[in-house]
Amino acid sequence: MNRVVITGIGIYSTIGKNIAEVKDSLYNGKSGIVLDAERKKFGYQSGLTGKIERPQLKGVLERRSRISMPEHAEYAYMSTVEALKAANMSQEYLDNNIVGIIFGNDSSTPPVIEAVDIIREKKNTFSVGSASVFKSMNSSVTMNLSVVFKLKGINFTLSGACASGSHSIGMGYFLIKHGYQDCIICGGSQEINLFCVGSFDALGAFSNRESEPQKASRPFDKNRDGLVPSGGAATVILESYESAVKRGAPILAEVAGYGFSSDGKHLSVPDIDGPVRAINMSVKEAGINPNQIDYINAHATSTPLGDANEAQALDSVFGAYKPLVSSTKSMTGHEMWMAGASEIVYSVIMMQNSFVAQNINFEEPDEVTSKLNIANKRIDKEINMFLSNSFGFGGTNSSLIIKKFK
Amino acid sequence: MKQKEEIVKIINNFLVEEFEIEENKLKPDALLQNDLGLESLDFVDIAVIVEKEFGLKFKGEEMTNVKTLDDLCNYIYNYLKQQ
Repeated sequence: MNRVVITGIGIYSTIGKNIAEVKDSLYNGKSGIVLDAERKKFGYQSGLTGKIERPQLKGVLERRSRISMPEHAEYAYMSTVEALKAANMSQEYLDNNIVGIIFGNDSSTPPVIEAVDIIREKKNTFSVGSASVFKSMNSSVTMNLSVVFKLKGINFTLSGACASGSHSIGMGYFLIKHGYQDCIICGGSQEINLFCVGSFDALGAFSNRESEPQKASRPFDKNRDGLVPSGGAATVILESYESAVKRGAPILAEVAGYGFSSDGKHLSVPDIDGPVRAINMSVKEAGINPNQIDYINAHATSTPLGDANEAQALDSVFGAYKPLVSSTKSMTGHEMWMAGASEIVYSVIMMQNSFVAQNINFEEPDEVTSKLNIANKRIDKEINMFLSNSFGFGGTNSSLIIKKFK
Repeated sequence: MKQKEEIVKIINNFLVEEFEIEENKLKPDALLQNDLGLESLDFVDIAVIVEKEFGLKFKGEEMTNVKTLDDLCNYIYNYLKQQ
């Protein structure tokens, strides 16, 4: 069995376009949420969203790559360039070694709509042009980035709703641990555009606190009223310890365990037992006691039932030992397909800089969330090991345990 | 009806604007694939633009003879002449 280490991280998010900016936002509790008037005009019940600028890639990437990338692949390109640089992994290395890619992603909305609109209007398919199919497929990110970086290893996209990014790291971890690959670029990506979460908004699951956008995402708080959709991309480079040492790469952290489960119950109602099984599996896989975990980056999205049930799950696993808990979604909003990967990046940043980010907007617990030790302010503290949870529609659950490399 | 010079101008313009090909490479005898670097996917987009600009739908079997930039302009010119 190989030890699996993290040798590079990269981020392009609503709270910063690189690790340095994101570190600053996490440290200072900065929110990336806005009210988008265009969404309201379009018919959304909630116009709240994370806001992000699209990177300018003209002159950076050749035309074929640019026109074949949907918005979230551009974010993923940016976060991957940063992660590769952090990992000291050059294009020459990628050209001469087997490196894979697994990203979590679960939608690519505008290219599908635009293509169908053209076909309906023109009554032919050829007017859609050559790039649409590559932009519209769910595997668009891995398809594009594997060509851009000329990758020769495993290459696929993992769709597991809001746990996609986390499962992608879990899958990468297993493949390297069991010796099938030496290095995999893992991550998650999430589009932010007018069309992408219209059907999610239909469920009435988004916060309506439009008068105070930056206070709308308030995981675990008594007055939480729903999630705020967001997006961007995060990259986590996983590598066998042997490969990292051979390359002389920096080792940022070690993946200690991955646990997964399916609720087997409901499409959208969050469960307690399913998450408990995933967390317990990750603990067992890591070969640790729960009381070795210093910090939990919760899935908590700011929905009334989801947060309460995660609090119950955490309470049932950790009991009297109450590790610090925060949900960085209080700042970023819910980064959905990306969240499981970005929250590993956020937590590794905290681990490297010895602080637990504040769960902003947590003013008062309710009966259930009062069972947790929630960071209601930034806490300067050494983190040796953390747990990151991600849960998604259909009851897919993923838990990752990351520890300091020693 | 469009003159050949007009067709050349339109074609060259979209090769520069859409395909980011350097203008000094756009010589009549330039080979579309080898000299201008166009590939199979690019021909799908060229077909869309040509249809939009000239109302001409490419016929696959006739395209086998279109090798150079001048061949492409002549193909469009001859089509428009026949209309």
